[in-house]
Amino acid sequence: MNFWEYLVNRHQQLLTDAYQHASAVFQCMVVATLLGVLIGVATYRSEWAGNLATTTTATILTVPALALIGLLIPLVGLGVPPTVIALTLYGLLPVVRNAIVGLRGVDPTLVDAATGIGMSRPARLLRIELPLAWPPILTGIRVSTQMLMGIAAIAAYASGPGLGNVIFRGLASLGSANALNQVLAGTLGIIVLALLFDAAYVLIGRLTIPRGIRA
Amino acid sequence: MPETGDHGASIELESLTKRYPGSPQPAVDNVSMEIKAGEVVVFVGPSGCGKSTTLKMINRLIEPTGGRIRIGGEDVTDMDPVKLRRKVGYAIQSAGLFPHMTVAQNIGIVPKMIGWPKTRIKERTEELLDLVGLDAGEFHGRYPRQLSGGQQQRVGVARALAADPPVLLMDEPFGAVDPITRDHLQDELIRLQHELHKTIVFVTHDFDEAIKIGDRIAVLRERSHIAQFDTPEAILTNPADDFVSGFVGAGAALKRLNLTRVRDVEITGYPTVTVDDPLQQIFNRLRTSGSNEILLLDRRGRPYKWLRRGDLMRARGSLARAGTLVHDTVTRDATLRDALEAVLTDNAGRVAVTGRRGEYTGVVDMETLMNSVHEMLEADRLDAMEHQHELESLRASQTHAEQEGASGPAAVNVPGGER
Repeated sequence: MNFWEYLVNRHQQLLTDAYQHASAVFQCMVVATLLGVLIGVATYRSEWAGNLATTTTATILTVPALALIGLLIPLVGLGVPPTVIALTLYGLLPVVRNAIVGLRGVDPTLVDAATGIGMSRPARLLRIELPLAWPPILTGIRVSTQMLMGIAAIAAYASGPGLGNVIFRGLASLGSANALNQVLAGTLGIIVLALLFDAAYVLIGRLTIPRGIRA
Repeated sequence: MPETGDHGASIELESLTKRYPGSPQPAVDNVSMEIKAGEVVVFVGPSGCGKSTTLKMINRLIEPTGGRIRIGGEDVTDMDPVKLRRKVGYAIQSAGLFPHMTVAQNIGIVPKMIGWPKTRIKERTEELLDLVGLDAGEFHGRYPRQLSGGQQQRVGVARALAADPPVLLMDEPFGAVDPITRDHLQDELIRLQHELHKTIVFVTHDFDEAIKIGDRIAVLRERSHIAQFDTPEAILTNPADDFVSGFVGAGAALKRLNLTRVRDVEITGYPTVTVDDPLQQIFNRLRTSGSNEILLLDRRGRPYKWLRRGDLMRARGSLARAGTLVHDTVTRDATLRDALEAVLTDNAGRVAVTGRRGEYTGVVDMETLMNSVHEMLEADRLDAMEHQHELESLRASQTHAEQEGASGPAAVNVPGGER
């Protein structure tokens, strides 16, 4: 069976896996974005708190994905929970770092002007600081998503969902008829998904970044 | 504080002090000042003298560590700062427009926060754009980066005026634009103030700007100590001390000329004839006037030519080529400096003054100019001395009251004899 025949033959299964893969990444990314921006908002005003947040999230990123998922299995069991926790943690760093950099990069005279014309602290954050910091935050989200696409494949190790299952099945049966096809299909699937997500982010950027600050 | 301030609101600062932790000297030390409703007061002083800090304490962007602030008689020292700032317009250097919002959104942001309906915000935005000299249809949808520096500054002023605050604070608003635009913006501000009568506190380090804009100028030295607080005229002619005269700079008398208009000085009459008068009548007019020269007006009464006795002799019946053309006139609204410039460049030392449509109203020459300036300076000097005397007696009574108050518990912070 050549690669094309394999795809046609198994497209049902592959599409389900791809959908689950994308869905897991997407949901974890939403959680990571909310958490990351919150952490950024909470820490950007203080030098040490901001640095602490960046360093902590950077440290998490250095833990090998396989090890982290392995360590989570005895704590939360197999399947979806370790996948979600691991993906969310890995997704945090770029978002947190870019949120802090973006919020700190807002021109202080604008913040001064906003205060001076009578904006309260929450209004200033929501109407001025976050919209101005949004482009770098969106970049962080984009980088995170690309990274999670790859890491999500490893979730299959903990019986998690996604295209990782196809790759692992192939790797486990190397030498058999479909082994190479499986690895190839899984890998290409992830690449295609990553490209689709990236295109979506370009569109989101177009729609959400105000014209006045678009590069 | 009045809700809509057609005529501004008074501002009183009482022993206002800002002390930063860890620094031995206060940044602003015990500033007391009364600003009348509808007045433009300019804080001027060298960099780091605390003028900006003092300004920012009025809307409590910087919280004072001591003293009281009253706006329109109401003590705002402990009021919710967000509410206070919505009633005090604030314009800063390089405008501080929010780049992600359109011009209309920038102007409408304060009215939106205080809950105006959409249609009212839209009307107000258009009215304000018109007021600051920008075409509403063309500019309301633009983003700040699509505007020039001067246009941004206009929008900044419009934003500060959006909710019609009685008080306007301006922190070096024209510091970042080129000199020509700055001059233009200053003129616009004067015109605006003529219509609006806000109470404006304006910070600058440019003394010439202060003279041009201020009804009164507070010259500040380090720690925001008031070196002199008086009208531009008084400061120019009678600086309180070496610090102030150093700040006024060279050419105080020349700067003084900028503050007086031609209509304020004596304009002398001059024998005139019109181009339609017969030659004989012109001769007679010249003879009876006892003057050596006569001004020929055109059919609309505008100065046309200077005719000397000799010119007429040579004219031989036609005025077409006789005399010298009037090449420069000044209006009654021109400053004395412009008039002096014109007089100096004229080879006979006089210049014709014209009304609004260019019609002749009189002549100013070197002699009348000199006399007027001398009288003016003398009057200024007397005024300034009087003010200084008042200030000293006020200080003396304050010190007196403080000394008395030191023994009595009730007299804290109540300087006696305030008038």
